[in-house]
Amino acid sequence: MSYSLDFGPVLAGFPDLLRGCAGTLFLAAAGMVIALAIGIGGVALRSSPVPALRWLVIAFVEVIRNTPFLVQIYFVFFALPLAGLRLPPTPTAIIALGLNGGAYAIEIIRGGVGAVPKGQVEAGLALGLHKRDVFRFVVLRPALRAVFPSLTGQFVMLTLTTSIASAIAAYELTSVAKLIENESFRSFEVYGTITLLYLLISWLVMRLFALMAWRYFSYPVK
Amino acid sequence: MSASLSPPDPGDALISMTGVDKWYGSFHALKSVDLQVRRGEKIVLCGPSGSGKSTLIRCINRLETVQQGRIVVDGIALDDSAQAVDAVRREVGMVFQSFNLFPHKTVLENCILAPMRVRKASRAEAEATARTYLDRVRIGEQAGKYPAQLSGGQQQRVAIARALCMEPKVMLFDEPTSALDPEMVKEVLDTMIGLARDGMTMVCVTHEMGFARQVADRVIFMAEGEILEEATPDAFFRTPRHPRARAFLGEILAHH
Ligand SMILES: Nc1ncnc2c1ncn2[C@@H]1O[C@H](COP(=O)(O)OP(=O)(O)O)[C@@H](O)[C@H]1O
Ligand SMILES: [Mg+2]
Repeated sequence: MSYSLDFGPVLAGFPDLLRGCAGTLFLAAAGMVIALAIGIGGVALRSSPVPALRWLVIAFVEVIRNTPFLVQIYFVFFALPLAGLRLPPTPTAIIALGLNGGAYAIEIIRGGVGAVPKGQVEAGLALGLHKRDVFRFVVLRPALRAVFPSLTGQFVMLTLTTSIASAIAAYELTSVAKLIENESFRSFEVYGTITLLYLLISWLVMRLFALMAWRYFSYPVK
Repeated sequence: MSASLSPPDPGDALISMTGVDKWYGSFHALKSVDLQVRRGEKIVLCGPSGSGKSTLIRCINRLETVQQGRIVVDGIALDDSAQAVDAVRREVGMVFQSFNLFPHKTVLENCILAPMRVRKASRAEAEATARTYLDRVRIGEQAGKYPAQLSGGQQQRVAIARALCMEPKVMLFDEPTSALDPEMVKEVLDTMIGLARDGMTMVCVTHEMGFARQVADRVIFMAEGEILEEATPDAFFRTPRHPRARAFLGEILAHH
């Protein structure tokens, strides 16, 4: 049985696919901002003097890391309305991506904080800085630098995970591809094309992170 | 004169430790330590490795907590209150063996962080102060460099300047030259000698006996968490009374 390739529908839908890419990048970027904020805030809270806050962070990380993202996104999608907050699919997806990425970011950044020598914290405290300022001005940047490759990997992962947001019909590349496939039945051509587009997106995200590393973390070390 | 160190008038003490005991778990690290440091006084603290010298000076700025005893710095009793700890740390500068400069900040940025965050100085004020002290430790031209671009001796001088930028009333030094290549020890000691001449109150953990002779008002010898001997440098080096001090000096001199 032979299959004859027909890229006509893909070509016709290409502007839509490109808009889908933009949607994916938007979901990813917004998700990353939230994830990074949760990651940094979570690590700070994890050493809070209030035990309840520490436990909250630990529980959050455990729940997120031990449940599938698809379930998480459905949960946010169907749970938020019960709490009286009815959001369209795209903001819902951003929240779910941010929460999911945030849990992983907490674990990664925590590792980076652990890699900062104790003497750095002591020097900060000895200068009279409060614990909070020591974290913010002394520990954070070297900690992020130490784990930046892992963080990049995690955020590329987050970018690709946006694809699962098609389950709630958020506007992104996979949703657009599904529509084109549903109309044309050209599954191989459609998914082959978006495979390449995802590769391109991943590469782009990695380049952006490399640029950021160069900009923020290129101070010399011994 | 050696034996007649009159007990300092506590009213004049900038640092006063009385009956201080410290345990790490079940390990008794400081054993009823009494120490008074007068304003302007220079103390050299020495003793074998593991004798509790670092622990002692780290109690003065509350990097370590104690289980028993009373520590008063510049009239502020160190207790568990955050205000007391803050107030004491504002007045006490510390220099570490491993410099502990912040690697992601330039020399100047290292020096202005605490004055801006803690003393609420404006950036302009903080930079002016920083440049004064960087010039004083003769490293002003390196203000824009990162710590990793400096030699060990230069880094330690920056660390001294950084502490001075908070205009502390007392400076604590924990083996400031032990991590340095021999050729850089002198530049750091000279900086410390300059500081001593300017009247700074100093507590220095060091085995640099030349430095001790030149600047110390008192040498304090510790072993196993106890202060075993206090004397003028002259008396301590010429006629150490405690057998452990004699053994210690023997070893130090054999190494030099
Ligand atoms: N954080 C700690 N936990 C447990 N033991 C410690 C700790 N810090 C120091 N000690 C122990 O306390 C003793 C005194 O240490 P330290 O004050 O660093 O000695 P020194 O500075 O005179 O070499 C040593 O036996 C050391 O092993
Ligand atoms: Mg020590």
